Amino acid sequence: MSFDIAVRRRLDGRDIALTCRADARLIALIGPSGVGKTSILNMVAGLLTPDEGHVAIGGERLFDRAAGIDVPPADRHAGYLFQDLRLFPHMRVEQNLRYGRRPGGNLSQDEVLTFLGIGHLLHRMPATLSGGEAQRVAIGRALLSAPRFLLMDEPLSGVDRARRDDILALIERLRDEMRLPILYVTHDMREAERLADLIVEMPGG
Amino acid sequence: MDFALSPQDWTVIGLSLKVSLVAVAAMLPVAFALAWILARWRFPGKLLLDALVHLPLVVPPVVTGWLLLLLFGINGPIGSLLDRWFGITLLFRWTGAALAAAIMAMPLMVRAMRLSIESVDRRLEQAAQTLGASPLRTFLSISLPLSLPGVLAGAMLGFARSIGEFGATITFVSDIPGETRTLPIAIYAALQVPGAEAAVSRFAVISVLLSLGALLMSELLARRVAKGRMPHVL
Repeated sequence: MSFDIAVRRRLDGRDIALTCRADARLIALIGPSGVGKTSILNMVAGLLTPDEGHVAIGGERLFDRAAGIDVPPADRHAGYLFQDLRLFPHMRVEQNLRYGRRPGGNLSQDEVLTFLGIGHLLHRMPATLSGGEAQRVAIGRALLSAPRFLLMDEPLSGVDRARRDDILALIERLRDEMRLPILYVTHDMREAERLADLIVEMPGG
Repeated sequence: MDFALSPQDWTVIGLSLKVSLVAVAAMLPVAFALAWILARWRFPGKLLLDALVHLPLVVPPVVTGWLLLLLFGINGPIGSLLDRWFGITLLFRWTGAALAAAIMAMPLMVRAMRLSIESVDRRLEQAAQTLGASPLRTFLSISLPLSLPGVLAGAMLGFARSIGEFGATITFVSDIPGETRTLPIAIYAALQVPGAEAAVSRFAVISVLLSLGALLMSELLARRVAKGRMPHVL
């Protein structure tokens, strides 16, 4: 079972909940803005603690309220692609890419650079990158941290139309070649249909 | 006006610089810790701690000096322990002047550092965590470098404040030439002597220049915080 998630959290007077048990390569989480899709990713990454439930990905239990399990975010090995990317502004691209590098990753830096086509950006500061370049660097940083699964939060939102297809193709390759379970948040049904084995709709409140 | 500096003048200037540098260096970690606690922690009594930190800013300096005298004097609760355990006396020593300057500089240092710690984007710290960084590494590689301009600005501001410190210092360590006679105290002493106007103006010009330089540095650094332009140190 690649995904076994059942979480609930009360946040700002609203219940944010997701139950999903599936053997899928890529699950798309879809719903209008503000229904708590990002909060779900944060709960899976360990940045937000669910009030109840459990999270297991690829057979590894990351959180289980009843069993008292709560793996710290640093030990969850999530490759989290934030919607706002969160590249470290005071570090060059190369330092950003290296930041999360762990032993045991199945990808070398060279492979990732080639895969993403970002080899020429290594000495740039994040503020000087275009949206698409920053997006690819953020993906590279996540991949080099030897992730066991990927969390992607609207990865096409900051990318101009011309670059969307590139990034989509890239995500398909990640899904098919890297074989990492991906939890993918979007509000665009076409995007979800193109990428996902399973689409989970989060109803608007 | 004669601006040639006598050896005694240089002693005053050297002492002022020494006292202020030691004061800022000693207060730096304390002020950063206080700023961090005030910026990041939530606990009952936080308001009180905030008020205590700011107290030297609003209490008459002579009262601060008197409190230091009570605490760090030979018979004071802290002073007697320092003397008995380490043989350290602060009273009437330049180290006491540095302590007084540090206490008086603390509120300004904490304020500047707190603002800059609060301006660190915590989402970047979260990103570091998901990339496997320990809390210590997150602090050293993200939080500290991103708040560094504010920390340096606070240190500069504290230095400027220390250079100008008078009331608490003269109350606590008195005016001892070569030991506790810093620039402001030297100016005050010269004012008591008929015909020492030249010395007064020399010292006055020097203290204005030193403080102005530190303030300008502090302002430049603070602007970097405001603009979000971070130093590329790590």
